[in-house]
Amino acid sequence: MVETKQTGAISAKNVRKEFIDPNGESVIALENVNVDIRPGEFICLIGPSGCGKSTFLRLVAGLIQPTQGALFLDDEEIKKPGYERGLVFQDPTLFPWLNIYENVAFGLKTRGIYKEKKEEVSEFIKLVKLEGFEKSLPHHLSGGMAQRAGLARALVNHPKVLLLDEPFGALDAFTRMNMQDELLRIWKERGTTMIMVTHDVDEAVYLSDRIFVMTPRPAKIESIVDVEIGRNETLGRKRDSVDFLNLRSKILQILDYTGKAVEIEYNI
Amino acid sequence: MNFKAKTVPPIIGVLIALIVNIIVPNNKKLKYADLPHYRYFLIIALVVTVLLALVSLFNEKLRERYSYRGFFIGGVFIFLTLLDLVTSKFLLLPQLYFPSIARIFNVFFEDKTLLLECIRSSFLLLIKGITIGFILGMACGIAVGWSKNANYWIYPLIRILGPIPSSTWTPLALVVFPSAQGAAVFLIAFGVWFQITILTCSGIQSVKKAYFEVSSTLGASNLQNLFKIAVPAAAPSIFLGFFNATCSSFVALMAAEMIGCKSGLGWYVNWQKTMLSYPNVYAGLIVVAIFCYILVTIQFKVRDRLLSWQEGVVKW
Repeated sequence: MVETKQTGAISAKNVRKEFIDPNGESVIALENVNVDIRPGEFICLIGPSGCGKSTFLRLVAGLIQPTQGALFLDDEEIKKPGYERGLVFQDPTLFPWLNIYENVAFGLKTRGIYKEKKEEVSEFIKLVKLEGFEKSLPHHLSGGMAQRAGLARALVNHPKVLLLDEPFGALDAFTRMNMQDELLRIWKERGTTMIMVTHDVDEAVYLSDRIFVMTPRPAKIESIVDVEIGRNETLGRKRDSVDFLNLRSKILQILDYTGKAVEIEYNI
Repeated sequence: MNFKAKTVPPIIGVLIALIVNIIVPNNKKLKYADLPHYRYFLIIALVVTVLLALVSLFNEKLRERYSYRGFFIGGVFIFLTLLDLVTSKFLLLPQLYFPSIARIFNVFFEDKTLLLECIRSSFLLLIKGITIGFILGMACGIAVGWSKNANYWIYPLIRILGPIPSSTWTPLALVVFPSAQGAAVFLIAFGVWFQITILTCSGIQSVKKAYFEVSSTLGASNLQNLFKIAVPAAAPSIFLGFFNATCSSFVALMAAEMIGCKSGLGWYVNWQKTMLSYPNVYAGLIVVAIFCYILVTIQFKVRDRLLSWQEGVVKW
């Protein structure tokens, strides 16, 4: 791995988030979150819907503010969105009126540093293997390509933290496995802290250093699982090793236990 | 070299029209029967259609486009033939109101200068009105779509004032503005303003929230979110507003010119009607049709260029 960056640490202290629902009642979206994420760490958040995974991600992004407590990036409180915390959604949300090059260049342009850093746009397009598609419009790209363009667009700002909200959820199984390896390659190359929300236990075990297993009602981090399985040459893990399968079933157990409680109230 | 049968119907259509025009004698009561313009027009049309058919043999792009329109163009000449039969050969309709084609065509030559002057004057009015209306409409639409305060204060006004047909303002406009020209510009601008405001506003309000979230995490400020995300994302809607606005501006233009102005296409048609010179009325109408057609076509071309990114999403 390239030298580990010393920046990109995220910590959450006593974070609680409430929303007001349409009936005017407050709903707890996240409670009692105390975590420290080290610089350059790969974290996956996993859990059933309603467990507050995306809420946590949006709090880190600064798109919403905690009701109580605070979040910090390298000891600086997070108060609003910023380019040092890049965001990638499941839907790549490329700006359809801009071509791929312009999409990737967007961050540099808004920050007024496009002229000095022009060559980085092509560099990142190359990093995600989209050379030759600079002039294409988003709707001409396949799902996987669009998601890679979205990655490049977030990475061009050299974010300290990359927030990924189910980035591969809409891709087919093969593209998804490819993209996981791509992501690990980029992670290795850039040393960015990665925080990824996923539904997929295999994906979490394959990618992360630590897995935050989350449960709903009350939405909180139920347990933090260290993934102590050696990484192979692509930095992923052997998907059929005993350790992999054991850890997988351990996480499923944690989720299953909480899953029952959900089902009973599941009558919307 | 490649031949397509569909390039022939236009030639046949012109030939029929020409033969009918030459062989069938004019009705004895027809006035100005010796005007040659229609026949000249058909001869020119014959030359052009033959040339197009010949070029189509070699040029593939033209062949495809031209042969697609082949039957339609042929049909137009058949229609002219029927018109020729009705209005000059058999004189089935009163010729005061339904003059021969030749007399209408004659106007284009006789009244050339006045017509050109009218086109110029209408065009200027239209451009002024559309520009003013567009700028104000964009400003209002962006303000109302973006800012809650502006929405609170301005939106109700738009809802009340907007739907009033702009010609209803004529009496007020004539009093407020010193010249009929100014009043006309106001009436045109008013209609344009409303259309642009409403569709800009709704366009901006329906931009996907995720775009703003992504751009914020890419370092965009509020203002950048407005001009780099909201406005381009709303562009299809704004263009739809602009199209509606152009159409309503033609209505406003004609209405405005018929009340106070002393030039312009609307004035020309209205004035010729009071003079009972119907050939000029029809000639004026043809010019108006071509005028509007060209403006709308230009607009479509601009739209296709600017909005190529959303091809197939919106069709009109």
